[in-house]
Amino acid sequence: MNIDSEQIITVHHLSKIFKVGFWGRRVTAVDELSLDVQRGEIYGFLGPNGAGKTTTIKMLMGLIYPSQGTAHLFGQPVGDRAAKAKVGFLPESPYFYDYLTSREFLRFYGHLFGLLGSMLEKRIDELLELVGMVHARDLQLRKFSKGMLQRVGIAQALINDPELVILDEPMSGLDPIGRKEVRDLIVRLKESGKTVMFSSHILHDAELLCDRVAMIMKGKLVACGLVSELIDHGTTQEVEMVVDRLSPEGIEALRPLAMKTVLHGERVMAILASQRQVDDALEILRANKAKLVSLIPHKASLEDLFIRKAKGVQQVVEVHA
Amino acid sequence: MKVLSIAFNTFRENLRDKLLYNLLIFALLMIGSSLILMRLTLGEFHRLILDIGLGSINFFGVLIAIFVGIGLVSKEIEKKTIYTIISKPVARFQFLLGKYVGLSLTLLINTAIMACGLLAVLYMQDVPIHAVLFKALIMIVVEFMVITAVALLFSTFSSATFSAIFTLALYVIGHLTPDLKAFGEKMGGLGKTILEGMYYVLPNLDRFNLKGHVTHQLDVPTGDLLVIGAYGLAYTAFLLTLASVIFQRRDFR
Ligand SMILES: Nc1ncnc2c1ncn2[C@@H]1O[C@H](COP(=O)(O)OP(=O)(O)OP(=O)(O)O)[C@@H](O)[C@H]1O
Ligand SMILES: [Mg+2]
Repeated sequence: MNIDSEQIITVHHLSKIFKVGFWGRRVTAVDELSLDVQRGEIYGFLGPNGAGKTTTIKMLMGLIYPSQGTAHLFGQPVGDRAAKAKVGFLPESPYFYDYLTSREFLRFYGHLFGLLGSMLEKRIDELLELVGMVHARDLQLRKFSKGMLQRVGIAQALINDPELVILDEPMSGLDPIGRKEVRDLIVRLKESGKTVMFSSHILHDAELLCDRVAMIMKGKLVACGLVSELIDHGTTQEVEMVVDRLSPEGIEALRPLAMKTVLHGERVMAILASQRQVDDALEILRANKAKLVSLIPHKASLEDLFIRKAKGVQQVVEVHA
Repeated sequence: MKVLSIAFNTFRENLRDKLLYNLLIFALLMIGSSLILMRLTLGEFHRLILDIGLGSINFFGVLIAIFVGIGLVSKEIEKKTIYTIISKPVARFQFLLGKYVGLSLTLLINTAIMACGLLAVLYMQDVPIHAVLFKALIMIVVEFMVITAVALLFSTFSSATFSAIFTLALYVIGHLTPDLKAFGEKMGGLGKTILEGMYYVLPNLDRFNLKGHVTHQLDVPTGDLLVIGAYGLAYTAFLLTLASVIFQRRDFR
């Protein structure tokens, strides 16, 4: 296997089989998963509940061992301590020592990275500021709301100024403002040169943020690639055009470009199959001196892709990365 | 550094455990009770006070070691607090060692408090205090270290309840190992081999018991003390290594 230095995460045919119950029934949580995350990108790891996102991330963090396959961080096999020193991790619905205050809590994690003294204290202040928790710095974690825990959890993941940040459902439990703040934070991390991988089943967040995404279902990869291309390739993106005063010849010229045309007195509504037809259609309007009333892309989203995939499209849509 | 942080944090966590205080209060009550007992008993009361005192310290210390020790690791896994620790550049054995050192610190301080209680009682009752008493107290701490390591070992692979039962059983058997050997001698054959094997593998906890020396005011040579101490430490190291090997292979799920 060829691992180049810009590949921050490399996952190769990774599988995890859990044995559950008294009889050791086998549950395949992750199934032959391969993916890679490049330096500096925001990578979305998407899938419905129970898809295997958390299981994959736990294997990346060395919390559970793969049944098969390999995973590397910074070119080192997972579990390597030098590699872990460059990683920040936020677990799903985080659990922490709840008798600590925010400061004590962050200090403890700082120590685990060998950070000490005034440098650490300064870092703690910065992080509390960053996640908007300065007001609760001397409050015990057990008095926190879920969203507040999520915030100090994120601060904890950044204590070592990591090169790679892995966040399992970072937006869960947050109100709309909190979610916006986390999105902004992720963008800021990317701007400062960090690599971010986060899991989510909220596709809207991924669409706004991610350079690339991987979508998994039942432990299998079902789609991966650039968000824009996944949407183009995997879904249709129709454009609705409404025109006034188009001549009959113009209507005839427009028909072949449109999937559907509806006439309503002076007004014509045409549904174009994709944005590629828009230029030609506009050409016709201009030639006929017609008036464009509106041009609305029926925005297809990851959501559509997701739903289609969930309906049983099992073949992998592979878009060049 | 990492180990110490985890140890200190474990110590703080232990201090929040109500069980710890309950056991400590019981122990102090037991030790104090000899103040009353003594008045009812004629003669031999010096011996009785020392016997009850050291016995209480040992018994309640072992209870603390077991009942706090079994939760050390299993609780971290159950509550998932371990996720954020193991994902940091901390080796799993460092985590275990930190937990172990933390509880050892707790036990050391508890023993010191109980010992102060005993010394106060002895002082009030004009019982002469000999150096061998302190040697016995040190050996009690060494025994706690072994028991804590046993509890930690069990808790790396079994539930809290089973860990408690196993550790208690081992504590009892550990004090009977000389009998095991003697019994095996009488049985002969396969029984002898098995019991003799157990004699050598199980911790010989009776070696740490110097109560008889204290009550009879017999000194223990420092050399002997060092040998027993070294035995305890070696056994502890063996248990912790075994625990690390098992812990290293575990999935945290
Ligand atoms: N400890 C475990 N023991 C047995 N099966 C497990 C365990 N953890 C997860 N699974 C199974 O593995 C599959 C994937 O679970 P996982 O938690 O990875 O999903 P997920 O994608 O993170 O879901 P969610 O969006 O709900 O967090 C599920 O079918 C789940 O039942
Ligand atoms: Mg999950």
